[in-house]
Amino acid sequence: MNVIEHGRGKPPLDPHLKALENEAIHIFREVAAEFERPVMLYSVGKDSSVLLHLALKAFHPGKLPFPLVHIDTGWKFPEMIAFRDAVVAKHGLELIAHTNPDGVRDQVSPFSHGSSRYTDIMKTRALKQALDIGRYDAAFGGARRDEEASRAKERIYSFRTPDHAWDPRNQRPELWSIYNGMIHAGESVRAFPLSNWTEVDIWRYIQAESIELVPLYFAQRRRIVERDDMMILAEDKRLELLPGEQVREEMIRFRTLGCFPLTGAVRSDAATLDDIIAELEIATVSERQGRAIDRDQSGSMEKKKREGYF
Amino acid sequence: MSYQSLSLNSEPVEAGNDTLPHEETVARQARPLRFITCGSVDDGKSTLIGRLLWDTKAVKEDQAATLRRQSTGKQNDLGLPDFAMLLDGLQAEREQGITIDVAYRYFATARRSFIVADTPGHVQYTRNMATGASTADLAVLLVDARSGILEQTRRHATIAALMGIRQFVLAVNKIDLAQYDEAGFNAIARTFREIALSLGVCQITAIPVSALKGENIVLRGDDEMPWYSGPTLVEVLENATQRTGQTTGFRLPVQRVSRPGEGFRGYQGTVAGGSIKPGDSVVVLPSGVEANVKAIVTYDLVRNAAVHGDAITLVLDRPVDVARGDMIAAIDQRPLTGRAFTARLVALSADGIVPAKRYWLKAGTRRQRVLVRPTSTLDLATGNWDDSHVVPVNCIGVVELDFEELAIFDPYETNRDTGSFILIDPETLNTVAGGMIDGKRSKPGRFDTLPDADRATITLPARLLEAFLKTEFARAHAGEIRITGG
Repeated sequence: MNVIEHGRGKPPLDPHLKALENEAIHIFREVAAEFERPVMLYSVGKDSSVLLHLALKAFHPGKLPFPLVHIDTGWKFPEMIAFRDAVVAKHGLELIAHTNPDGVRDQVSPFSHGSSRYTDIMKTRALKQALDIGRYDAAFGGARRDEEASRAKERIYSFRTPDHAWDPRNQRPELWSIYNGMIHAGESVRAFPLSNWTEVDIWRYIQAESIELVPLYFAQRRRIVERDDMMILAEDKRLELLPGEQVREEMIRFRTLGCFPLTGAVRSDAATLDDIIAELEIATVSERQGRAIDRDQSGSMEKKKREGYF
Repeated sequence: MSYQSLSLNSEPVEAGNDTLPHEETVARQARPLRFITCGSVDDGKSTLIGRLLWDTKAVKEDQAATLRRQSTGKQNDLGLPDFAMLLDGLQAEREQGITIDVAYRYFATARRSFIVADTPGHVQYTRNMATGASTADLAVLLVDARSGILEQTRRHATIAALMGIRQFVLAVNKIDLAQYDEAGFNAIARTFREIALSLGVCQITAIPVSALKGENIVLRGDDEMPWYSGPTLVEVLENATQRTGQTTGFRLPVQRVSRPGEGFRGYQGTVAGGSIKPGDSVVVLPSGVEANVKAIVTYDLVRNAAVHGDAITLVLDRPVDVARGDMIAAIDQRPLTGRAFTARLVALSADGIVPAKRYWLKAGTRRQRVLVRPTSTLDLATGNWDDSHVVPVNCIGVVELDFEELAIFDPYETNRDTGSFILIDPETLNTVAGGMIDGKRSKPGRFDTLPDADRATITLPARLLEAFLKTEFARAHAGEIRITGG
């Protein structure tokens, strides 16, 4: 059958992206229908932007039947916060920004406490606090199975104990596209509509759907400093230079966005979506390569996830 | 000829890519192909998948570097990393050197993208294999060229066929260690073909491969195997077909009702069969109320039609009562509705499936109470069905389902989406079985629930029949005998 989509003046999605979009919308609707207090984790990055776009599609012509939660560590790129606020205003969304008050009190920073303790306090614990405060029984996240080896084994409905822990050896079987949304009081699920997407899929979809992104994803001359084999953005006053470190300008962009002191840039001339997709097709390193928190030890993502990290 | 591919499958299928014009654009012309790999570590399964990812450049340098760090001393003689370390993502798996859980991998060639469910081979993980098989269009079964078809190969083929997979690839691995022996390969391929055909699978391709050396996986192995003229593994995958679910009429299991304001009422769900366009007549089940489609609403404005797989919002031309769990279906091609069905299921939890227990059954978006009565269990080792009133974990059983309220299904053979279900334990709330509907039960006779293979027809003169029916044996098995003719 010949299917024609009218309006918005864009060509229809190719069957590959259409299948991924259909699956994600199905998951959004299923969770919204089966859980009492769903919430969407919104990290402002490219995957979150795709996730939000899919959510808007899933519930059109209605509004999102759940709020967004942003775990703000206080160390995000300032451009991320500005972008977040603009998106929230544009779509009339309900956003809850949460920062771990204990971390603020103890002045926890990636510089003073090390990346691993900092991540635990400002991200993992902050996330648990936000979920507990809202008594959410389902939380959407933008994680993808192709990101990391332990993620490859995660279910689309990832079951969590009342302590938010993930038990990789005791996951519920997930057959066909039938999801088991039954839980006891206090338990919850993390739902991952983008499970089957790859990084290239994300970028192709952003291009096909004209989804707006934080400008940091696009190459530009920016001030950086080299530290621990990473190029860190040196445009924030809070970054204190260590002896021997020098700020220089480079043509760079970011493949993922997190906390600025922990996110490495890549040298790139890719200033448009076309450039980025072309760059990815020949890329030889994975996107998480720029993330300091993944490199401590292999299996560290699994460890963090068992403790409640997304 | 050492390569044969039979295509007797008459089901409507979606063309993979063989009719598509330009190499570089073809990858975007088809949905990703989903397949599973079955076999054990000994057969070289991890090496095979690693080879697929490696030769299609799906492994990035930093991942390879992590791999090299972790697999010191385990590198093989070609200087390649230990692929199993790449695939076994959980710490427990790396420590024990086994695959426990299903892992999903993604790779693409210039022509198509793929999702592979990497499933464990051991019998105690049959449930994980069934999970991976439930969404797959094709199964790659792996054997060692030196040992040939094993009991586990038969078991894997049985489960894959049961879960509805109709395309098999037999990868005869380590062919290099079998001196590239053509006759040996042909003998294995022949044996496998017999097994597959007996399971009703007609699309079979056998390929001699060396995953370690990368022969006939992505690149050809012509130097060592000039006698093999068939496709490489990747070529078979690129040309595989996908099910479209078009063998039934329109099906829309309703996920939620959208009522953003006065005047709009839309039914949201994913089309689980057939197609729909404005003006079509539909029936809402189980109520049986009829209506016409007024519009198909999506974010990208109004569409003139929707097909299987599309996530849509349907607007009807009159106010009718529709709730989550209902099914909107084609008026002239309705699904089965009833309170009694037969099904086959795979038991997924340690307790197995026990008789006279009430479970939650979820099919599509519909969840209801069900009474499950196992009638026979498949012995995966022998392929025989035994009388049994419990289906133990990792086993396949034939069951009778009895519902308090109307249930709505299609047979799994005709529609995977509307013919499948899961069972949920009411206490633990765990998913304890995955099931496939065979049909509706009118009268609860044992005969109707027997698989075809277990039925025999005998013809007797009327006087002998009478005598036979009077025996104690016949009386004890009255429910298993059907008398026809006259």
